[in-house]
Amino acid sequence: MDSTTFFANLAAPGFDQLFVTLKALLVSAFPEVIQPLVSIVLSISAIIAVFGLLFAITTVVERKGLGRIQNRPGPNRVGLPWFHVGPLSHLNGFGQWLADGIKTLIKEDIVPRSADKVIHFLAPLSLVVPVLLAFSVLPFGRNMTPIELDAGLLFFFAVGAGTELSVFMAGWSSRNKYSLLGAMRALAQMLSYEIPLILSALTAVMLVGTLSLNDIVVAQEAKPGQWLANWHVFTPWGFAGFILFLIAATAESNRSPFDIPEGESEIIAGYYIEYSGFKFAIFFLGEYFGLFAMSGLAITLFLGGWTAPIAFLSFIPSWMWFFGKLFALIALFIWLRGTLPRVRMDQLMNFAWKFMLPLALINLVNVAVWHYTGGGMVSWVVCTLIIGIPYLLLGRTLFAGQKLGPRTYRYAS
Amino acid sequence: MLGEGIIKGMAVTAKNFVGSYRDPERLTTVEYPEQRIPAKENARQFPFLVFDGDNPMAGLRCVACQICEKECPPQCIYIEKSKDKKPDHTGKPQFYPAIFDIDVSVCMSCQICVEVCPFEAIKMDTEFELSTEDRFGGLLLHREQLAKSVLHHRKIHPTEEAEIEARRVEERRKAEEKAKADAEAKAKAAAKKEAVPVQG
Amino acid sequence: MRIRTYPFHPAIASARRPSYPPRVTDIMETPANCGYEVQPKALPDGAPEGDLLEVSMGPHHPSTHGVFRMDVVLDGEQVVKLKPVFGYLHRNHEKIAENASYLASMPYTDRLDYFCSMTNNWAYALSVEKLAGLEVPERAQYIRVITAELTRLMNHTCLIGFLVQDMGALGTPLMYAFREREKILDLMESLSGSRMMCNYMRFGGCRCDLPAGWLEQARKVTDEFPKFLDEYEQLLTGNEILMARSQGVGVLPRGLAIKASITGPMLRACGVDYDLRKVDKYGIYDRFTFRVPLGDHGDVYDRLMVRLLEMRESVAILQQALKAVPEGPIVDPKAKLRGFRPKAGEAYGRIEAPKGELGFHLISDGGPNPYRYRVRPPSLINLTVLEDMCLGQNVADVVIILGSVDIVLGEVDR
Repeated sequence: MDSTTFFANLAAPGFDQLFVTLKALLVSAFPEVIQPLVSIVLSISAIIAVFGLLFAITTVVERKGLGRIQNRPGPNRVGLPWFHVGPLSHLNGFGQWLADGIKTLIKEDIVPRSADKVIHFLAPLSLVVPVLLAFSVLPFGRNMTPIELDAGLLFFFAVGAGTELSVFMAGWSSRNKYSLLGAMRALAQMLSYEIPLILSALTAVMLVGTLSLNDIVVAQEAKPGQWLANWHVFTPWGFAGFILFLIAATAESNRSPFDIPEGESEIIAGYYIEYSGFKFAIFFLGEYFGLFAMSGLAITLFLGGWTAPIAFLSFIPSWMWFFGKLFALIALFIWLRGTLPRVRMDQLMNFAWKFMLPLALINLVNVAVWHYTGGGMVSWVVCTLIIGIPYLLLGRTLFAGQKLGPRTYRYAS
Repeated sequence: MLGEGIIKGMAVTAKNFVGSYRDPERLTTVEYPEQRIPAKENARQFPFLVFDGDNPMAGLRCVACQICEKECPPQCIYIEKSKDKKPDHTGKPQFYPAIFDIDVSVCMSCQICVEVCPFEAIKMDTEFELSTEDRFGGLLLHREQLAKSVLHHRKIHPTEEAEIEARRVEERRKAEEKAKADAEAKAKAAAKKEAVPVQG
Repeated sequence: MRIRTYPFHPAIASARRPSYPPRVTDIMETPANCGYEVQPKALPDGAPEGDLLEVSMGPHHPSTHGVFRMDVVLDGEQVVKLKPVFGYLHRNHEKIAENASYLASMPYTDRLDYFCSMTNNWAYALSVEKLAGLEVPERAQYIRVITAELTRLMNHTCLIGFLVQDMGALGTPLMYAFREREKILDLMESLSGSRMMCNYMRFGGCRCDLPAGWLEQARKVTDEFPKFLDEYEQLLTGNEILMARSQGVGVLPRGLAIKASITGPMLRACGVDYDLRKVDKYGIYDRFTFRVPLGDHGDVYDRLMVRLLEMRESVAILQQALKAVPEGPIVDPKAKLRGFRPKAGEAYGRIEAPKGELGFHLISDGGPNPYRYRVRPPSLINLTVLEDMCLGQNVADVVIILGSVDIVLGEVDR
């Protein structure tokens, strides 16, 4: 056998299928009648536990990362209980999530007197539940998709659109001018960025020919004899699609530089101004879960899911690859947040409709050209030109109407 | 090209991120109260009264001239003169303050009292952690709390203290010489007076 | 005659505590709407008037640079009417000065524009020197110029940092600016004793001489500054989002700026060549070569860039001045510290503060206290055109335009 299959088999019976075998063992301990139920419950609890912990760690890492970008240490005082021994007593601040969680749980839950109580209560729930549903079709590793659907991508987008309703419910039911402003902005932003999101995701679907996410990942695995995997991001249309998808995902999850609904310096917290305590924590959680879900989908469609980039490295378990890529994308989002100022509302809409939509449509044509020209050197040149020239032209004309650009200054004589 | 400025900005941020780990000078904050930045020599926080020697009340340099009370902008100093006098470092008898109160919650650390004092009696301290739970009397410092030794002043403001010390040594020397000259003149006058009746 | 009072001593205070209710809002009768009606101006392209939203960007706001309120009337997202409300930080500075001696007002001038205390001190000292006819020795003039230019550097970096923070960059350029400000504040502390409330200038010179090693430290800080400016420019000026948010926003026409007596970088961004350091030539500014940058459009981006370029010119002045500080006395020998009574008369002294033209108008009647003491605050005068700049812009732009006017509430309210 050649080197790639040797290394693959070295991994397979080891840690790669660790969780799958664990789950099979646990399920078989129950009587056969309720085994499907137990299987579902195990999957759900695993998703909530893992992603809940990931959310907690991300909040701390984000604050520390932003702090280091701004030349200051982030939170570094809070440790974990029972760890106060010796030099590790503070754990360098990585217990902050526990302190914040306890704080939000014990805070008083204030609901404005004139607010619409039922909708006010349902809004955070309707943010978190669709996002958790969306997690269930992402392939976390080999054979590790919680629900294997043939139309996985369609399910993901259908369910993800439910989050937009919750934003509006929150803004409307709070009966506050600031939150209404924030809700209107958020709705307009999320609706207008759905289209470039879906169009850039469609390119991967077109090439592979299936809506099932697991099959898309398998199609990106390195074929026997190849040293480099077939990740879609290594192609011109895939790279462009990845960038477009990331920008649209940033806008969908209200992250900087598109965090107008939360615009902290203008309307202070936007649509969740009137939420306190646990409901605020649920909103926060829902936003971060949305971010993880979008990153997970980007990894699945363009970055090869749970496959390794170089065939030699496939002894590392597949779920470790997935989560490693997820960490890398989270770090990228934190980096973006620390650098860029916010865009204004009308500029955001301009950007979506006049720049990203045409580019996403051209990218669709691009992937077709790639497929029919075979994927060699000629395809590389042709596809790069097809997407590169409109990018340069559109970029030049995007703000030319308002005469934007670097300026030179004169001095008084 | 669209996006070029953004990428340049992100490069700067990444450089700062990595730099904050490798170069300790980049982190401008210190973890107070475990680490403290040492105060500069000229730093001024709140005033204190200087005393020479060992006994705080007997060695106070202040002669209750009330100049600092008049010049203080927010009027936070309250002085009452004593009825009797005591000698200062040159031997001359001077008044001393029976009551000397500074309301530290009003004081704005402008250092005008130090500038106008002709006797080098009030100087600026560098201690600022004076918070107390007593809302009314806790920040009203009396004479006993304000009096600190000249050795303390030497420790926090060495160059200034060296200058003042030199001047005071000079003054003391001149006062002693003057006292000696006075005593000699008096002795000569007394001797002349005694010598006259012998002759007459 | 000054009453020697001790109002905070508990034994005396209870006898003198006045009997008014504890909250000001309990005694003020505010009519509904504070007496102004919502009468929207017609928008330039005759847009229909829908429901108007009246929002108070109130005194508690993360981006209004202090306790400052703006009553904004919105049509959708566009501003139709804007009324600034200030006075939340009024501290009776001018009345206190009428009861205090000239020297005692000096620490209060530190607290006017609390970001740049050295220039406030210099403006006041300049007007008193004009009133009393005092002359400033050479060494003191050089030290004044050096501290004023260091203050200008401090102010402009932090202003740009605050402006980008208001745009949403979450404080990254602000933290870099504060890193540089810390170095300059350390210099101020070793010179005058206090980081922000310096109280350093006296009538006829400066309070005390430079400590040993200060000039070397100042040279080091000045030589490292251009590297920081390069990093700052790389982070900010090419950034497309910044350009899109600030170019064409908050345009101030030249004629309006001159009519409303705007001064400082705001005026120079509109293209008017008026810098008091070149016009009045106060101090020894005519000995240094520096240029005055001018903008063309008068929008927020121009104000930002004019301040960046002014910082480079300040570094040039500093490098020239630090090489040539002569030895000599620090203060005019004719000046008296106590018992200072200038002859009856009036004087107006003004300098180019980092925010604009800061002037002090003093009228003396021969006594130890001034008869009238008036501050010309640049921040307040520059704020009068806020409504004209904001009409027709978005809500998000109002905050940015306010940030580019560069106000400090201590100066606006005194």
